[in-house]
Amino acid sequence: MFEAIDLSLVNWSRAQFALTAMYHWLFVPLTLGTTFIIAIMETIYVKTGKPEWKKMTKFWMTLFGINFAIGVATGLILEFEFGTNWSNYSWFVGDIFGAPLAIEGIMAFFMESTFIAVMFFGWNKVSKKFHLASSWLVAIGANLSALWILVANAWMQSPVGTTFNPETARNEMTSFWEVLFSPVAINKFLHTITSGFVLSAVFVIGVSAWFLLKKRHIVMARKSILVAAIFGIVSSLALIGTGDGSAKQVAKVQPMKLAAMEGLYNGYEGVDLIAVGAFKSTSEESNDAMKDFLFKIEIPNFLSFLAFGNWDAFVPGVNDLINGNPEKGIMSVHEKIDRGKIAIEKLTAYKEAKKNGDEVLSSSLVNELTSENFQEDYFRYLGYGHVNDTNFLIPNIPLVFYSFHVMVMLGFLFLLVFVLALWWVLRNKLDSKKWFLLIAIFTIPLAYLATELGWVVAEFGRQPWVIQDLMPTTTAVSQISAVSVQITFVLFAVIFTTLLIAEVGIMIKQIKIGPKDEGGTKS
Amino acid sequence: MIAAISYSLLQEYWWAIISLLGALLVFLMFVQGGQSLLYTIGKTELQRTMLVNTLGRKWEFTFTTLVTFGGAFFASFPLFYATSFGGAYWVWIAILFSFIIQAVSYEYRTKPANFLGTKVYEAFLFTNGLLGTILIGIAVGTFFNGAQFSLNEYNQVTWQTGARGLEAALNVHNVSLGLAVFFLTRVLALLYFNNSIDDEEISVRTKKHLLINTIPFLIFFLFFVVVLLLKNGFGYNPDTMEVTLEKYKYLHNLIEMPAVLILFLLGTLLVLFGIFNDLFRNPGKGIWFSGIGTVLVVLSLFFIAGYNNTCYYPSAFDLQSSLNIRNSSSSEFTLTVMSWVSLLVPFVIAYIWYAWKSINNKKIDKDEMDSASHKY
Ligand code: HDD
Ligand code: HEM
Ligand code: HEM
Repeated sequence: MFEAIDLSLVNWSRAQFALTAMYHWLFVPLTLGTTFIIAIMETIYVKTGKPEWKKMTKFWMTLFGINFAIGVATGLILEFEFGTNWSNYSWFVGDIFGAPLAIEGIMAFFMESTFIAVMFFGWNKVSKKFHLASSWLVAIGANLSALWILVANAWMQSPVGTTFNPETARNEMTSFWEVLFSPVAINKFLHTITSGFVLSAVFVIGVSAWFLLKKRHIVMARKSILVAAIFGIVSSLALIGTGDGSAKQVAKVQPMKLAAMEGLYNGYEGVDLIAVGAFKSTSEESNDAMKDFLFKIEIPNFLSFLAFGNWDAFVPGVNDLINGNPEKGIMSVHEKIDRGKIAIEKLTAYKEAKKNGDEVLSSSLVNELTSENFQEDYFRYLGYGHVNDTNFLIPNIPLVFYSFHVMVMLGFLFLLVFVLALWWVLRNKLDSKKWFLLIAIFTIPLAYLATELGWVVAEFGRQPWVIQDLMPTTTAVSQISAVSVQITFVLFAVIFTTLLIAEVGIMIKQIKIGPKDEGGTKS
Repeated sequence: MIAAISYSLLQEYWWAIISLLGALLVFLMFVQGGQSLLYTIGKTELQRTMLVNTLGRKWEFTFTTLVTFGGAFFASFPLFYATSFGGAYWVWIAILFSFIIQAVSYEYRTKPANFLGTKVYEAFLFTNGLLGTILIGIAVGTFFNGAQFSLNEYNQVTWQTGARGLEAALNVHNVSLGLAVFFLTRVLALLYFNNSIDDEEISVRTKKHLLINTIPFLIFFLFFVVVLLLKNGFGYNPDTMEVTLEKYKYLHNLIEMPAVLILFLLGTLLVLFGIFNDLFRNPGKGIWFSGIGTVLVVLSLFFIAGYNNTCYYPSAFDLQSSLNIRNSSSSEFTLTVMSWVSLLVPFVIAYIWYAWKSINNKKIDKDEMDSASHKY
């Protein structure tokens, strides 16, 4: 049903989407977390009436505003790119996917943008209570927008609550609640927002550490670190918990991604977890060449436990998933391909019969196609019908493996940083720990690295699927010339990079200027 | 309650919501219109700062409406989203691009160390004001004049021109709508300045430019409407779903839906009255009339584009590929879910109203620019 596709078009479209998504994600996590940190600081101000808390609130708010504007600019492109670059996708799953995007606009974006105005312009115009409520609503709005977009994203990883309608040739929603409360969505939402919280806490601590090193705004810096460290510890624990939850879901719904995350080629029972490891580098292109490790440190049986809650559970490797493993009830890819092809053939036959006006045939076919069995046994593997080369089904394993391991290690590092910061700030010893303050500053880029790597795991790990098992990227793409996409890719790369440079410049300048005393002229 | 509503009514309901969002968007694009006037109305740095700050407290709102318009269109009529965005690639990319550069410009314009310099951000704002409005007008023009695409039996789009949508800018009728939108948003911006800035010089200048912009607006708008009423339209037979060209389709739509005709006439009158009010009576209140008028006119244009068995996104290449609210919508289930969500809309409007009222109770003036704690 789908034409063969120009691979360079697909790859440029993917690159463009990845570029915009990754740029968007440079700005979003700071929004998700700082809004809460700001709201907490303002709450303390309203409770205690101490002006230094107000000054602090306003300072972080200024930094937030600079970051926010560019987050909005990149988000707009993402939303429309589903149409411009993934138009077949947009029709194929728009019936499910569109709804969260629309709800996000109605529910979250308006809330955010309305109350941001109050937050920035309302200081002397509305009551303290109303202003405080607005700050909280901004934080809630930002995180609600994360909820809806992540529900959408989670659905692509684990398409639930849907059936295929042969009439319209698309997937249609059958249960909104299944989509909203899918375990993948819940874990993804919690893990992603908490990663934003952690990043923001790292940011606040890092910037404050710089003030301490420069011996400026010391009171503010210490208080900010206090708030951020507590916030960071709580968020880190939640982050690690939900990361574990996410991995369990991956094990269940995207076993190939899990195999890639752990570099596991041949499955067995009681699989060890690789805590640290490196592949032998080989010049060969084949994925198989990567399966040897140069070195690795393992925790015995731990992967089996983490993934399935059982120390001796069988975890399938790449080869099991490709060749099948009847003993463990794993269907081979060849079988899935056959089933997908049957689904496509039947669908084509149905379209043909309709075109020829053959009522009898078309109505019998439609009955078959819409039956529960056919949906379960064949349409579920629809995407495999487009696959000719099984290697195509293996994601880039080293990339996913390293990204995952670095992310996890950094997660524990951040927790350590928060704990130390809290410990020393409470004992009033932080100012003298120069080395730690320096580390705190350099942790900021690491936090950005960790969140970006998280998305690399999630999105590269599911290759080649846009929608797991239903649609590969090759059939999702809009039929545009590859050159057009190359041009827009460069255009976006240039403009986003320019804006990023501007943003970072302004941000650093504002940090240097520091918090303003009340009644100042500029913000 | 909603579950009992028929599929066709749901489709009509969602077309109404899309129309309303589109209408609000055109009204809110006074922000873009204003951006194209910064140097015309603001002769000093301080005056421009006042203008930027008046608009700057609203830009986010226009932007969010655009985003929600896109999201709601995707959710309710995904086939349009897939066909038009994926097909008319370059038009949409150009529109998006003009909005990216806008989004950062308010916040970064006067900040120290902003890399590009104030003038560049002002140029961004101007570009967005010019391109954003004209191109959106042109894109909406294709609702009446059609586009060059075909769909296969799996509803996948093939675009028939290499210009990927830019060809719409060669159609005089589309362009007249684009220019009408451009001048309308400038008129609205001037009325809005009158309403929210307290500055002698600025109000003298807005008055003059109100007249200057009203004339081209009227010319392009009248041209658009006259051609629209005289042209053939794309109708379909609701039983067979066959698409046919129909003489005077849009004129017929107005006559067959008298309520829409009234909406259209009333809207036009209100727009004109608002302008008249600020020119000859007490300046400041005109934005209310012209604003509401704009919403009504755009609403009525969307209604004649989509209701009364009309194809709202016709294919001039292959009539039978044309999109209408029946063949391009989401499933009944999804529309029902979305309709529940739409019940939130009045609540959203209420809090927006309340929040804006509480921070906008006083006009912007020079003093505020000196003392504001957050300023663009
Ligand atoms: C500060 C950033 C950060 C840190 C320290 C961690 N994560 Fe993470 N992780 C993310 C930021 C992130 C993310 C950016 O939020 C991702 C990308 C997609 C998603 O759902 O969340 C993600 C994805 C992601 C996935 C893939 C989910 C999917 O494919 O659907 C797994 C399995 C984990 N994480 C697990 C962990 C574990 C066990 C961690 C232990 C500490 C951890 N992450 C730390
Ligand atoms: C690829 C899918 C995504 C799309 C289509 C998208 C779309 C958008 C759009 C259109 C905006 C601007 C809204 C406005 O006008 O205010 C925006 C901003 C935002 N998005 Fe995204 N987004 C995506 C991914 C994400 C993810 C994964 C998250 C969070 C987990 C997120 C969270 C936010 C937040 C908090 C904002 C508010 C402003 C800011 O960016 O700082 N988005 N997004
Ligand atoms: C903002 C955080 C996100 C980041 C950093 C991110 C990252 C990426 C990356 C790196 C790719 C490229 C993978 C490839 O080469 O194919 C990609 C592809 C894609 N992602 Fe995401 N993603 C994000 C959020 C989302 C969300 C929320 C959605 C959907 C709602 C989404 C949908 C897609 C789609 C449709 C593609 C293209 C198809 C594909 O190549 O797989 N992404 N993303």
